[in-house]
Amino acid sequence: MQTILKVERLSKSYGDLLAVDNVSLSLNRGAIYGLLGANGAGKSTTIECILGTKDADGGAVTVLGCDPKKDRRRLFQKVGVQFQTGGYPPEIRVSELCEQTACLYRSPADWQALCGQFGIGGKIGHAVQDLSGGERQRLFIVLALLPNPELVFLDEVTTSLDANARRAVWKLLSARKRAGLAILLTSHFMDEVEALCDEICILRKGKAVFQGTVEEAKAASRCERFEDAYLALSGEGGDTE
Amino acid sequence: MKPFLTLLRIELRLSLRNLNMTIFAVLLPLAVLTVLGLLSGSLPAADGAAYTVLERSFGALCCISICAGGLMGLPLVVSDYRERKILKRFQVTPVSPAKLLFAELAVYALYCAASMLTLFPAAVFFGGLRFPGSLPRFLGSWLLTMVSTLSVGLLVGGLAKNAKTASTIACCLYFPMLIFSGATLPLELMPLPLQKIVCVFPLAQGIRLMQAAFLGIPLDRPWLPVSVMGAVTLVCSGVSVACFKWE
Repeated sequence: MQTILKVERLSKSYGDLLAVDNVSLSLNRGAIYGLLGANGAGKSTTIECILGTKDADGGAVTVLGCDPKKDRRRLFQKVGVQFQTGGYPPEIRVSELCEQTACLYRSPADWQALCGQFGIGGKIGHAVQDLSGGERQRLFIVLALLPNPELVFLDEVTTSLDANARRAVWKLLSARKRAGLAILLTSHFMDEVEALCDEICILRKGKAVFQGTVEEAKAASRCERFEDAYLALSGEGGDTE
Repeated sequence: MKPFLTLLRIELRLSLRNLNMTIFAVLLPLAVLTVLGLLSGSLPAADGAAYTVLERSFGALCCISICAGGLMGLPLVVSDYRERKILKRFQVTPVSPAKLLFAELAVYALYCAASMLTLFPAAVFFGGLRFPGSLPRFLGSWLLTMVSTLSVGLLVGGLAKNAKTASTIACCLYFPMLIFSGATLPLELMPLPLQKIVCVFPLAQGIRLMQAAFLGIPLDRPWLPVSVMGAVTLVCSGVSVACFKWE
């Protein structure tokens, strides 16, 4: 198994608040890694420090053999990112946003085909701001997949999707994973994590309180359901630990 | 080259969709031309002058769009893109800050060109404008004035903390330059002390250069405005690329 992402002892604080505390993780080709935790546990900050969009205070990050800050332009030819809130110009249309993003890559995927797969093929001529929350979310997944990436970061991948659309996205992501795509995602849906993730990391106040598989999490917390295991481990269930 | 042209095409389309620049950079100069033409356009610029008020002011009219693009449009769009986290999305793509900024700059350069290309025939047909000067000299001074003013806009947009700061700075630059550097009010009509103060504005230097080139009259120490504007261009564009902030 080829390691695609390696994070060692990553730390980041905002003033007195330790947002990411000594987090290490690694991700192989064709694997899905879930970064879990309550709101404010440090998931997005961890992702941003990995991507180099925020400066880490300490630790080392290697993505596809590159330093994300030094090799930014080379790295992002092969890495796709969907932020929790993706910015777009107010009057841009779906087709324009796709075309504009695709033109930045050397060998981009066919954006029209991708929009079709993700169920927004009929919305190409619409303004992005007129899409529903779920459609917009799928559009930003499409944008993350445009570079034909080897690794993709999906922050709250299916948050505003309905149950049907979530299943459809799972299917599409699983197929890409089988083709070798590595995915680092965050999610608040434990059924999703169970269905997709090979490995998870539960963050609590910036610290990795659990790392392993879903089954290991259940065993470690002596819970039958993964959601209960997650609540116990993350401290979201009222600090019963 | 193709990625750049795609970026430019889409950014231009977005800009055209909101009519601000069409109004302030293309229609406003035509309106000023009309007023100037009605008031005094075909009168000689001074007693015994060989050129008319309109001919003397043509260069200044071309600067209205340069002012609007460089000191309003460009800084606002760059800072707005930062505030809306659009630049952050670009940060996780392979695009370079220079390419992004240059595409935005090119959008406003096209507005400036459109303004000049509409002003000229309008002034010829309706104001009897003649062009006694040198075309290459005029185009060269126009290009230098435009690029240097747009690079000031890049710097403001590139470094301003947020859209609000950028818009404050933009207003502080736009209105004084538009009113006092001779772009709308002919410099010659201002009291002499004000004329002297105004000379420090790079745009005022540009207008003097364009005016002399348009009228075909020699300019005292032409290298001075040329080197000032050249230096402004290099410093502002260099700093805005080197210190570019995605977020």
